[in-house]
Amino acid sequence: MKNPKALVLSGYGLNCEEETKFAFEKAGARADIVHINDLIADKKRLRNYQILSFPGGFSYGDDTGSGKAYANKVRNHLREELERFVGENKLVVGICNGFQIITNLGLLPGALTFNDSARYLDRWVDIKIEGESPWLEGIDTLMIPIAHGEGKYYADEKTLAELKKGKRIAARYAKGEICRYQDLAANPNGSLEDIAGVLGYEGRVLGMMPHPERAMFFHQLPHWPYLKEKYKREGKPMPKDGPGIKIFQNAVKYFA
Amino acid sequence: MQARIEIKYIIPDARAKVKQKQFEKLGFLGKIKAVEIRDCYTIDAGIKAAEIKKAAQSLVNPLLEQALIDNFEAQKKFDWAVEIGFLPGVTDNVGNTAKETIEDLLKKKFKDGEGIYSSLIFFISGSLNREDAQKIADSLYNPLIQRVSIKSWAEYKKDKGMGIAVPRVKLDANLTVSEVNLDIDEEDLALIGKQGIKSEDGSRRGPLALDLEYLHAIRKYFNKIGRQPTDVELESIAQTWSEHCKHTIFADPMDEIKDGLYKSYIKKATEVVRKKKGKKDFCVSVFTDNSGAIEFDDEHLLTHKAETHNSPSALDPFGGSVTGIVGVNRDTIGFGMGAKPVANIYGFCLANPDESRVLYRDAAKKQKMLSPKRILEGVVQGVNVGGNCSGIPTAQGFLFFDERYRGKPLVFVGTVGLIPRRSKGRKSYEKKASSGDYIVMVGGRVGQDGIHGATFSSEAMDSGSPATAVQIGDPITQKKLSDAIVKEARDRGLYASITDNGAGGLSCSVAEMAKESGGCFIELDKVPIKYPGLEPWKIWISESQERMTLSVPKKNWLAFQKLMKSRGVEATIIGEFNTSGKCVVRNGKQTIMDVEMDFLHDGLPKKEIKTKKIEFAHSEPPRKNKKDWSQTVEKMLRRLNLSSYDFISSQYDHEVQGGSVIKPIQGRGRVNVDTAAIKPLLNSKKGAVLSYGINPNYSDIDTYHMAACAIDSAIRGAVAGGADMERIALLDNFCWCSSNEPERLYQLKRAVEACYDTAVAFETPFISGKDSMFNDFKGYDERGEPIKISVPPTLLISAIGVIPDVMKAVSIDLKYPGDLVYILGKTKDELGASEYYALISEEEKKNYLGNKIPRVDAAANRKIYKDFFGAVQKDLATAAISIGRGGLAIALAKMAMAGKLGVEISLSCLPGEKNYDDVDLFSESQGRIIATVAPKNKERFEKAMKKNPFALVGKVTDGEKISVKNKSGKHIVNLALNSALRAYRSNFKNY
Repeated sequence: MKNPKALVLSGYGLNCEEETKFAFEKAGARADIVHINDLIADKKRLRNYQILSFPGGFSYGDDTGSGKAYANKVRNHLREELERFVGENKLVVGICNGFQIITNLGLLPGALTFNDSARYLDRWVDIKIEGESPWLEGIDTLMIPIAHGEGKYYADEKTLAELKKGKRIAARYAKGEICRYQDLAANPNGSLEDIAGVLGYEGRVLGMMPHPERAMFFHQLPHWPYLKEKYKREGKPMPKDGPGIKIFQNAVKYFA
Repeated sequence: MQARIEIKYIIPDARAKVKQKQFEKLGFLGKIKAVEIRDCYTIDAGIKAAEIKKAAQSLVNPLLEQALIDNFEAQKKFDWAVEIGFLPGVTDNVGNTAKETIEDLLKKKFKDGEGIYSSLIFFISGSLNREDAQKIADSLYNPLIQRVSIKSWAEYKKDKGMGIAVPRVKLDANLTVSEVNLDIDEEDLALIGKQGIKSEDGSRRGPLALDLEYLHAIRKYFNKIGRQPTDVELESIAQTWSEHCKHTIFADPMDEIKDGLYKSYIKKATEVVRKKKGKKDFCVSVFTDNSGAIEFDDEHLLTHKAETHNSPSALDPFGGSVTGIVGVNRDTIGFGMGAKPVANIYGFCLANPDESRVLYRDAAKKQKMLSPKRILEGVVQGVNVGGNCSGIPTAQGFLFFDERYRGKPLVFVGTVGLIPRRSKGRKSYEKKASSGDYIVMVGGRVGQDGIHGATFSSEAMDSGSPATAVQIGDPITQKKLSDAIVKEARDRGLYASITDNGAGGLSCSVAEMAKESGGCFIELDKVPIKYPGLEPWKIWISESQERMTLSVPKKNWLAFQKLMKSRGVEATIIGEFNTSGKCVVRNGKQTIMDVEMDFLHDGLPKKEIKTKKIEFAHSEPPRKNKKDWSQTVEKMLRRLNLSSYDFISSQYDHEVQGGSVIKPIQGRGRVNVDTAAIKPLLNSKKGAVLSYGINPNYSDIDTYHMAACAIDSAIRGAVAGGADMERIALLDNFCWCSSNEPERLYQLKRAVEACYDTAVAFETPFISGKDSMFNDFKGYDERGEPIKISVPPTLLISAIGVIPDVMKAVSIDLKYPGDLVYILGKTKDELGASEYYALISEEEKKNYLGNKIPRVDAAANRKIYKDFFGAVQKDLATAAISIGRGGLAIALAKMAMAGKLGVEISLSCLPGEKNYDDVDLFSESQGRIIATVAPKNKERFEKAMKKNPFALVGKVTDGEKISVKNKSGKHIVNLALNSALRAYRSNFKNY
């Protein structure tokens, strides 16, 4: 399939659906934003899609705990359809609030709790890719931003061991280009073993706190004005894309 | 049944650890052993025990939490339990979400009056007495909106837990509408204006802010139609005529200015500029709508609007600021047919957070004012929640400190919006409610919150300030509404007009829209309310948040209703627009308001405003002759007004929507900047640059130059960031004080004159503005003595400029060693009211304000800015910064700190007068930019700037020093980058 179809959920305070849709389209997919109530009203609609995305945002304002209320809504109305979807050879991604939603749903193991600072934080991080997943193929490290108040990954020992064994730790926070540039610690929130994202269902379901769609353009990088000068002086062309677009491109490639 | 669910954290809880540290700082270091936090839900509804058990499970993530129902036995020993919940009627977002979740789970709707109420318990272990526990509680709650319950371990055991408290609203109000007799003596009449209509129990309902002249006009009108006004009518007129809504100080004749300040200066400036620009005029909608709009590209417009929310923020800083930001978002959603918010801005004018002076609102010293630290934390948190939850990037903001903001803080909030020029075949920036359209209220419900907000902010704040004037915003309710309107209903053409329910609530929004059709008829009993028992007058003027009023053609109603329902947004028909020329409100069968539109909108008598000239002469500090100014630069960087506030920038999401270009913190050194750039359309390379100017300190010398400098600063910031001088629009936000005093009004007149002169000279139109004229606090000091604290006359100018290509935006960080450093513009002896003079005044405990404040040479500066834009478009500037507060030395230090590169400059050929070292380093002369240029572009850059005063002053180094030589070639600054950064980051360490 040349242009797989991605469904990007919206509603109740999710707020990254437009840029997530744009990222999928930029990568070559066809993408639709679908309000959760419209999907509940027409559940079978999900079957027309190859990719399901729970985008970032502030569903229900994080009230009662981030992702919980939206997950309840999905569980109360869409559980069977979702089980069917992940049972097929399809892809799911939960980004930030989306990750919080799908851990609350039990689609991925572990949970996200309050940052060690107990405060919302917007900054850039470096992540080192570790897991095996169609989403992550050919990626070694990424500069990418986070923006969350409840992004500290937690899992019990048994789960953690299973994750490691199954190569299901998608990525860990690590010190790289952007941390060195801004002189920041690698782990922004106190996540267990620096875990930034995890995988499930043979790597087809990816959950991550960092926002790849906020790193799809070169101009989103915090140091692009410096890099622009650097490339100019080195006689290199200035890139248009940011590193995050690769994740979306991988999803499209999976169905090629 | 009533039940209590407590959610216990079963893994380490970061919130509890952070709270423990905060409690320790209250003077309990080493005394607190442990803190545990529990989220509580008190259910008051007809659901069974088994259902409650099921509900509880939906409120936990079993990996992190455990639900306890009516359980206290299992509680581990603690010393004190402090529970914080809301007072009845205060917006409880968490409780509302829990209710929605449980309704969805159990597939049943709660009945009216049933509800879920959230609270938080802090179990504290440590050697603390009751007084200590109370002190901790005081740091956690605000008595105006919250309740607290404190129990010792023994009490907790004896009472079997915290007990169930249901903050249900019980109103046994008198629901009838009463007539208000205005044919009474002058003294009583004045009391109605000042303290409000008398209730049956003799108490007053709260200020109407109507003076005798206005009350006479109202009396005359009702005498003419042969009856007394109802309370609803009087309240409604008071809202519509309030300074907050009618801006009478800007509208009424002042001295020789017959048409008033607004028409003669602000609006006039825009008219003159637009005419001058001719075909290059980029304004599309100015002053007429909720925001102003300019051209973005062939298909889109950008809107901009800034607001203040000062009085409520003094009482409840969090609620005030969250309400402010989501409120100004509605000025975007309410522009034209609805623009999408694409960026927020903020600015907080506050007192030093470490100031310990205690103030009271009342003589009995019962109502203590919140500390400046609480106010700072609260207003910061408010914009955090409001902006982050709404998915709108907070692109830019500032802090400004002065002790005179101790009584009333100023909370500026603004929003940029994006709207297609045409939507469903219509011009999206025009709208018209037609006769026969339904009046539809969408969004939140109406409650007691925000009663008298408009009239309250038109009065100085004192002990009579109504607690009900405080609202707490609910960003998610608004987000649902906003998405449904600007992402769906607008482009389906389902409504004909829309406006925000802000100040004055329905009374203002409906009456305002009714101008479009020529009249309206409202059925007040149709308005959805939060709880029963609200008096009609309250429903009519309540400022409950997250509501918009729409005009929906009858044929579209079903489709509109269906869409809103499927998006979880409540929409209700509350009346109909007509051509009757009247605003008629009915409650059931009773007509409770019947006033002619002409009188309602234009019946207020014009007043002749007189001003009185006032001039100041301040003492000048003795000139310092130092050999080495490094330490002074370092001390400057430690000042609150120049310091890093990245604790704010990093807790505000500035990257959502994917359009971040120049972020609020820049470079390796993460330095806060005055200028941001965004790319509001994902598939276009066009962008917008945002900047601001604010110099209240200059007002103490001359408000004319204060205003001119604010405009120049705002424009200059934008230009340094890459904006096109020819495409910059401005917003004006006046926050004045004591605007009934002729001297203050004289200062206002001077400032407004400068706005005209400067904006016209720069050819930068004002597109929208707002004023808040009584930022005074009247209260009592520690000894119970009366005290009045007035803010310094404050003008915020916000600039927005469209740029053709975001990749040409310029950041402040030095990029490469060897780059050449240029200073554009003249440096003059203008240290009056500077940050440098503030430093020496503080050090020497004197009040050296000086007299020579910066003056703006708009023609010369415009030329510099225009040519600099040309250079930027040719990619000639590798970094640039506007020289602002703190002067050249601070601007240079910021560039070096941001790039973490050294810099060496010499002032030997600095353009300007022959000056002393302190002037060269710290003067805040306007019109100046520092720019760096790659050596190979030297000639091209100099050619581009050749018709302007500028000089090559030095170069970027790979060293670690900021180094400055004076005119005689002596080294006067030699500051290590690390020391500079340490000083710059010395404030707000524990925030």
